[in-house]
Parts: sequence; C-alpha cells; structure tokens
Amino acid sequence: MTGAHQTLSLLLFSGFVAVTLGITTWVSRRRRGSAEEFYAGGRLFSPMENGFAVTGDYVSAASFLGVTGLIALYGYDGLLYAVGFLVAWLVVLFLVAELVRNVGRFTLADVVAARMSERPVRIAAGTSSVTVSLLYLVAQMVGAGSLVALLLGRTSGAAQVWTVIGVGALMVIYVTLGGMRATTWIQIVKAVLLLSGTVALTVLVMVRFHGDVDRLLITAAQRSGHGEAFLAPGLKYGGSWTARLDFISLGVALVLGTAGLPHILSRFYTVPTARAARRSAVWSIGLIGGFYLMAIVLGFGAAAVVGPEAVRRSNEAGNTAVPLLALDLGGGAGSTGGTVLFAVVAAVAFATILAVVAGITLASSASVAHDLYASLRRSRGDGPGEVAVARFAAAGIGLAAIALGLLARDLNVAFLVGLAFAVAASANLPVLLYSLFWRAFTTRGAVWAVYGGLVPALGLVLLSPVVSGSPGSFFPDVDFQYFPLQNPGLVSIPLGFLAGWLGTVTSDEAADEAKYAETEVRSLTGAGAV
Amino acid sequence: MRYEDPWYDVQASGWGEPAGAGTPARTVPAARGEHEGTGIRARDIYVEVQRSAAFQEVRSRYRRFVVPGVAGFLAWYVAYVVAATAAPRLMARPVAGAVNVAMLAGLGQFLTTFLLTWAYARHARLRRDRAALELRWDTQELARGAQGGAL
Repeated sequence: MTGAHQTLSLLLFSGFVAVTLGITTWVSRRRRGSAEEFYAGGRLFSPMENGFAVTGDYVSAASFLGVTGLIALYGYDGLLYAVGFLVAWLVVLFLVAELVRNVGRFTLADVVAARMSERPVRIAAGTSSVTVSLLYLVAQMVGAGSLVALLLGRTSGAAQVWTVIGVGALMVIYVTLGGMRATTWIQIVKAVLLLSGTVALTVLVMVRFHGDVDRLLITAAQRSGHGEAFLAPGLKYGGSWTARLDFISLGVALVLGTAGLPHILSRFYTVPTARAARRSAVWSIGLIGGFYLMAIVLGFGAAAVVGPEAVRRSNEAGNTAVPLLALDLGGGAGSTGGTVLFAVVAAVAFATILAVVAGITLASSASVAHDLYASLRRSRGDGPGEVAVARFAAAGIGLAAIALGLLARDLNVAFLVGLAFAVAASANLPVLLYSLFWRAFTTRGAVWAVYGGLVPALGLVLLSPVVSGSPGSFFPDVDFQYFPLQNPGLVSIPLGFLAGWLGTVTSDEAADEAKYAETEVRSLTGAGAV
Repeated sequence: MRYEDPWYDVQASGWGEPAGAGTPARTVPAARGEHEGTGIRARDIYVEVQRSAAFQEVRSRYRRFVVPGVAGFLAWYVAYVVAATAAPRLMARPVAGAVNVAMLAGLGQFLTTFLLTWAYARHARLRRDRAALELRWDTQELARGAQGGAL
C-alpha cells in the first residue's frame, strides 16, 4: 500500500483515538471510585444509547472483517455466521436481558450467587467469564494485527507486533481511567462510525451493480470460480461428515453463545430498569440485523469486485476483504477516491477493534475484581478496594491479551470468535438458565455446570485440529489431535447442561425455596433491583 | 400515561428507601396480603409474593409467550443449519435468477428474528409491564414493612 493510504488512515485513526481519549478524560473528571460508577456507568443510559453501545460491543472485527471475508472466500457458508450472530439475540431478548438486569448487579456471577452459596459459585462463574473474555480478546487482537499488516504492506514483523501492543495499551487506558461510562460512549461513537461506513460501502456496491442484487450474486459466483456452488452451502463445510458436523457445531455455538458473553450481559446493567434493558435489546437487534444484512452484500461484493484470489493473496483467512473492496470501489489503488475510502474503512476497523477490546476488558476486570477477588479476599483480610483491583486487573488482562494475540496471528477472526462463543455457551449459559428457571438447582449443580462446560470446551479445543496436527494450527509440527471438530460446541454445550443437572440431583442439600422465590419474583418484577 | 416513558420507572428504590414519586397509585391486593408492618422476615415476603395470584399471572404470561417462542425459533434455526449441511442439493435449488432456496431461508431467518423481536416487545409492553411494575412496588412496600418491623 502506498504512503498516502497509511498517512490518511493513521490520521483518521488518531482522530478517533483523540476523540475517545477526550471522552474518557472528560467523563472521568466527574465521579470516580464507586463500583456502581466503574462497572455500570451510573446505570442511567437511555435504551437507545445502550442499544447503540450493545451494537458497538457486539459487532466486532470478527463481523466487519471476518464474516465478510468468509463470504468473499466461501460464499454462502460465510453467511451462516451472520444468521447465527443475529438469531442469537432472540435468546438474549427472550430469556436473559430483562431477568439478568433485575437480579444481578454487575456480573453474570451476581445472578447465580443471588440464590446459591456465594463463594464457590462466584469463583466458578468468574473464572469462566474471564476465560471467555480472553478468547474473545485474542480474536480482536488478531484482527488488529492482520489489518495493520495489510495497511503497512508487511505480513509479519515489527509493525504487527507494535499494533497489537498499542491496541492493548490504549484499551487499558480507556478502561482504567473511564470505567463503564467512558467505555459506553466509545461504543456509541464506534457503532455510529461503523454503521455509517457500512452503509456507505453498501450503497457503493449497489451503485456499481445498478441496484441489481441478482447481477451482484451472479458476478460473485462467476469470479469465485465455483459457479452456482458459491451461492449454496457446502464450499467450506461440505464434503466430509466431520466438516458438516463442524458446521452444525458452530451454528449451535453461535446461537447459544451470545447470551453467555460477559461483556454483553454487563451492558444491560447500564440502564435503569428491565424495561429499558428490553428496549435496548430491541434497538440492538434492529441495528445488528441491519448491519449483517449489509455485511452479506459487502461479502458478495468483495467476491464480485475484488475476487477471491486477490483477497486470499492479501490475507489467507480473508480478513482484509472489506478494505480491499473499499480500495476498489473508490477507484482502485493510486486514485484519490480509493485512498480515501480505504483509509476510512481501515480507521473504522481499528476503531471497531479498539472499542470491542475496551468493552471486553472492562467486563473481565469486573469478573476478576467483583467475583474472584471479592470472594477470595474475605479469607485473607482486607486489601485495596474492589475498584482499584478492577483497574489493575484491566492492565493484567491487557497484557495477557497482547501475548496471546501475538501467538494466534494467522487464524480467521470470525473463526476464533466462534470458539469464544462455544466456550460461553458451554460454561456460562447452562448455569445462567438453570439459576433463573430451575427451582431445584443447587450450589453444587451451579459449580458443576460451569466447570462441566468450561473444561470440556477448552479440552476439546486443545485436542482439536486448531491446535495441532494440521497445517494451519498453532503447533503444526506436533500432533495431539484426537477430536475431529474445530468447534467443540456440539459436544461441550450439552455436557455443560448435563453436568449442571447431575450436580443438582447428586446434591446433599436441597435447593433453598425462599431464595428461588426471591430470584423468580425479582427477575420478573424488578423488585429490589439496583 | 406514566408507563410509556422509560424515565418514569427509573426510581430504582432499594430496601428501606422511601418509594418516591414513581409509586403507582394502583395496587394489587392479592400480593399485599395482611402483613404490612408486622415483623415477618424479608425472605418470606418473596415466597408470599411468588404464591400470589398476581405474580402467578405475570409469570404464566411470560412463560406462555417465551416457551413456544424459544422452541419455535430454535427449531427453525436448527432446521436451517441442518438443511444446509445435510441437504445441500435442496438448498441449492434455484428459485428466481441467482436466488436459491438457501438464500431465501437465510433471509427468512432475518425476517423471523425481526418479527419475533417486535412480537415479544409488544407482548411484554401490553401484557406484562404494568402488572410487573405494580408487583414490584408492592413487594418493596412489603419488604420495607418487614424491615421496619424487625428493627
């Protein structure tokens, strides 16, 4: 890429960073220090603001770069991600958003701990939340790395490393200084930027094809070299039965995972009531659905305009399809239009990554401080305050994410996010649903549900072709691959539910009826909600 | 109508805090019971509310909508994913121009998601919100009474 691209992209991106840092410092001038403020931003965001913020938190680099890239490379099979990412919101809206808002205070563990013996449950749910967040963070870091590699024209080396480090450092600054209030505003700014960028590109694609979707699809199919097959399922996940099972596993993980993502759940605590939580979920479904419909157009557009060959040459996993599409739509490399559009898209993608990373870091620092530290502290006497610990935790998580992000550079972002969703669906969703809806659920059941989903999910990923035994894996030279599927969801999600049930029926203690009554009444009416 | 605006139900008054201007005038006698001001323990209040007819009604309205809804969209989604893997030939059948069955099914998923979101929000607003809010204030009144009595 030429120098003009780089300069303009860097300028735009610096603008975003400056604005968001400004927001952060401006917001943190005022009230500081209370947990309510740091984790939940004061709980007075409006449903529309929170709807945009949820969109900003949810639509990550995995969607903007990853899903579009997969559609550009594999056609219809990439579309499953878009469908799964959206349908998952029905689970959130129907079963989780309002009830979690009513019962919990800051984290997922709050909901479970409300009716269980607090310490073991908090430690379990805190551990799994941090794990999910870390996996999700790695995906975002990989996205940042591959984006900068494209931007600076180098596929490896110092630039990529420094980008990952820079993104990590910035997000730590956001979170430690601004807490939830600043993070929310960053999400809102990012969501507006991302949606405007996507609308602009979609319009340009449609103009290029004179508004004829049919021609767009036919051109994409022709250029892909697969013909009609490009528009039907099976290119990536067809063929062998393991590949097909992998597809189903991924589909199940996507639809059930969202409701277990800690950074999404914590967003619902930033509004005053369950009703506002519901309305923010409705807002976000509208915005997210609109975004994915456009992402599908962009994916096929990239296949039709840029062509899968060029996309693959730039990034093996397809993560750079949209920036390349923007370059072409603007008039090609070297033209002013191309330079500007490319720079805008690159800056938007950076902003996307940065915002999502900030959101996840905040949620996981809340898990560390509010769940893990608060539970472990009681046995050792008092230390520093919870919010101070949360700030330190944010820094620690930032470091871990940077290190892991550097390790996982060559994997598709959407695929990595699929793993995070599988772990969230296995470890967090069963315990959450059982706590809210199952009268007889006990503490042992809760602990078993978390570990019974978390351990198999992580174990199966370790034994899968992602980690070893295949050319694209972390350790291509060794082979300890015993599990055929890349996504563990199909096995580990049922195991999580099963473990929760098993732990409950083998429990010595009976479930506390009064505590369940409290959870049920509070969840549906909002009585006693903070 | 105080219920139309989210800022009217923001008074998240906690335990023992005086319920401010947001307290609705209407009450549901079934949940209130005869225990106001007496020294019953806070945890018993929730059991009592849970057993009240008003709460049972709210809960069954919620469940009657959510259970078939979740079953429906999960079944439709799983059918879609399984069809994409097990019956690619069916999915590849052209319908009009470049649009095939798979494309229509994918767009159908988007459409049903939007429709169900709208239906859920409407159902909750019309059938659940008012009763839930009344229960909330009643429960908190009871809890306040119980706490006051225990002191």
